[in-house]
Amino acid sequence: MFDQLSERLQGVLSEVRSRGKLSEDDVKKALREVRLALLEADVNFKVVKDFTASLRERLEGEEVSEALNPGQTVVRAVNDELTELMGGGSRDLAFAPNSPTVILMAGLQGSGKTTAAAKLAKLLRKDNKDVALAACDLQRPAAVEQLQKLGEQAKAHVYTVPGESDAVNVAKWALDQAKAEGRDVLIVDTAGRLHVDQDLMDELAAVRKATKPMDVLLVLDAMTGQDAVNVAESFAEVAEFDGVVITKLDGDARGGAALSVRAVTGKPIMYASTGEKLDELERFHPDRMAGRILGMGDVMSLIEKSQEEFDADQAADLEQKLRKQQFTLDDFLTQLKQVRRMGPLGSIMKMIPGMGKAMQGMGEVDEREIDRIEAIVLSMTPHERAHPDQINGSRRKRIAAGSGTNVQAVNRLVKQFGQMRKMMKQLSEGKMPSPEQLMRGAR
Amino acid sequence: MPTSWRDAFDLGDREIPVGPEPEGREGVFSRLRQGLSRSRKALGAELGSSLTAGIDDGTWESLEEALILADVGAPTTAAVVRRLEDEYEAGDVTGGERLRERLIELLAETASPSADPRIRLGADPAVLMVVGVNGTGKTTTIGKIAWHLQQELGLDVVVGAADTYRAAAVEQLTEWAERAGCQIVRGTEGGDPGAVAFDAVEAARARGSDVVICDTAGRLHTKGNLMEELSKVRRVIAKQLPDAPHETLVVIDATTGQNGVRQAQEFSRSVAVTGAVLTKLDGSAKGGVALAIASELGIPVKLIGIGESLEDLRPFDSEQFARALLAE
Repeated sequence: MFDQLSERLQGVLSEVRSRGKLSEDDVKKALREVRLALLEADVNFKVVKDFTASLRERLEGEEVSEALNPGQTVVRAVNDELTELMGGGSRDLAFAPNSPTVILMAGLQGSGKTTAAAKLAKLLRKDNKDVALAACDLQRPAAVEQLQKLGEQAKAHVYTVPGESDAVNVAKWALDQAKAEGRDVLIVDTAGRLHVDQDLMDELAAVRKATKPMDVLLVLDAMTGQDAVNVAESFAEVAEFDGVVITKLDGDARGGAALSVRAVTGKPIMYASTGEKLDELERFHPDRMAGRILGMGDVMSLIEKSQEEFDADQAADLEQKLRKQQFTLDDFLTQLKQVRRMGPLGSIMKMIPGMGKAMQGMGEVDEREIDRIEAIVLSMTPHERAHPDQINGSRRKRIAAGSGTNVQAVNRLVKQFGQMRKMMKQLSEGKMPSPEQLMRGAR
Repeated sequence: MPTSWRDAFDLGDREIPVGPEPEGREGVFSRLRQGLSRSRKALGAELGSSLTAGIDDGTWESLEEALILADVGAPTTAAVVRRLEDEYEAGDVTGGERLRERLIELLAETASPSADPRIRLGADPAVLMVVGVNGTGKTTTIGKIAWHLQQELGLDVVVGAADTYRAAAVEQLTEWAERAGCQIVRGTEGGDPGAVAFDAVEAARARGSDVVICDTAGRLHTKGNLMEELSKVRRVIAKQLPDAPHETLVVIDATTGQNGVRQAQEFSRSVAVTGAVLTKLDGSAKGGVALAIASELGIPVKLIGIGESLEDLRPFDSEQFARALLAE
């Protein structure tokens, strides 16, 4: 349903390259695509209007950079602007000079407050903070039980007052207990409420007044549509929230709501929830969110992952080899092993821009195929690995027998390796192969 | 269009005692409008004046804007507005009030693609399965449906607590079952949801109950293994009762944006969804994604949630909904 923005832009801007500059008509076409992409990502209509207006100024007269094609130039401009818009004014949790630091969680029903509260507790527990949770959601049946169970999993104490029906009283009591017991942090979970429900919003204001939180966090579902703006404005007015926790980012929602909220309230997105498990809450990365909204793949996460796993010396060494055309099957094997350390190949591929679509219909990457490739390379002599072009018929037979595969499989690998070397050459000369080329190389 | 609970269900040969209708058509519409008041004020007036004043490009643009802001989404918005524009150009509709009425007709048509939008509960027992992503209001919706069927229509209902994942989900459904006065079949937390569904259907058959409503754990539609688990629950139910589940409803939060279409599509792929429940319409969100779901996937909305009380779960009326989308 969603075409990649960059592909669409490349479509409408295909003839620009020769002119080197975006004409008025090009900018108009590009802005239309950007507008549609942002609307599909659920960025608020009015925010989109403002955004495209300021983008127009930047794009008019924008030189088409030599390294990038016109589509990529526009995407880069959009990405820069989005990242800046979302990244400005970011802040960390504030801690009170005198414990406990109170953190108040607020949001609509079903946005994930209770889970987010427990996740935050777990995150702070990792910093050796003594965290307690206050169960002030007295509306939803069994919400208190849910928090108790999650609190147990997060190893955080949960304050509840059975039989009490006033959330303000529970909050006050929990705060007194937390003070008396010397807790570092008290996270107050509140009932989900609609921003148009005056009584419940008054209650939220009262809880805020009674607990004097250092941080008020608005919990926002990444799937929220155009209404995110109304929600955020109302909560900003009543609860004066300091930051946003965006939840359910592990789905495929583009999360344009994050941008809308940032744009209308100026409050930063602080945390992102990326899975159902309690430790799946992380600091928010504005640059990644920009890419996600535009459907550009999560390049930053990929780079970070590879930085974690790759050895810098080895990488430098590899670069040398690539430049000098000395990349051997041994190096290939090392690379393969490093890539596999980053996780299943299928999930890595999906982080590469353009690859998500290229992989559709291909099914999952067969990890056993990779095992076979490893076995074939390991059945070669060091000489053969360095000079794959010298692998003749009898060597192929031996390698096939040694690796438990057949001659065709060996042939295929040798041929693919040849193609890969060619591609590496292009890469080292600064030409980026298309995702299709990359896929052919990978198969 | 069904406006009462009695009309919302195809109950087969069952005898239903006649009781007073708790809330009339007017009541629901005014509540729906009330709920939608905030954003409605912002764009309703603008749209109204633009539709009754001269028709120009600005008219169609502000119309598109209104629908986009209601989360109808770009493709469906474009389709509806283009059709209206074509009809206007062809002289089939004149400007002003007539154009507005025609727009409401078009939106209502889009929202309700099937001839019979009733929930089919004619089988004995009829099995209703409820699915959706996390936090859309599945358990609450089930609690309310159970209450209406049991209390208002006098049917014998069994709910199956097959959300064995979320902490305290079973407790939540148990409270609802107590309010509704219906039976509940529970499993253990972390247990096999298929087993709970199986037991629930078996219990209903043994007791001679009328309806089984099966809750499931909320899951993101992108999680392949969890979606596979859901298909398995469906298969297990079908094993107990060949034509079951007779209805599979996907619950969509009205605040959801365009991702709602993906949700409905993926759930439909794994469990053959027959209808949608649009919840939380009492906020300022208009739930326009329901139109996109109906138009792109042909899945009709069958129930809406416009508040927290029991009466606030209502049969879907597409004309009312279309009016509320554009109401002033």
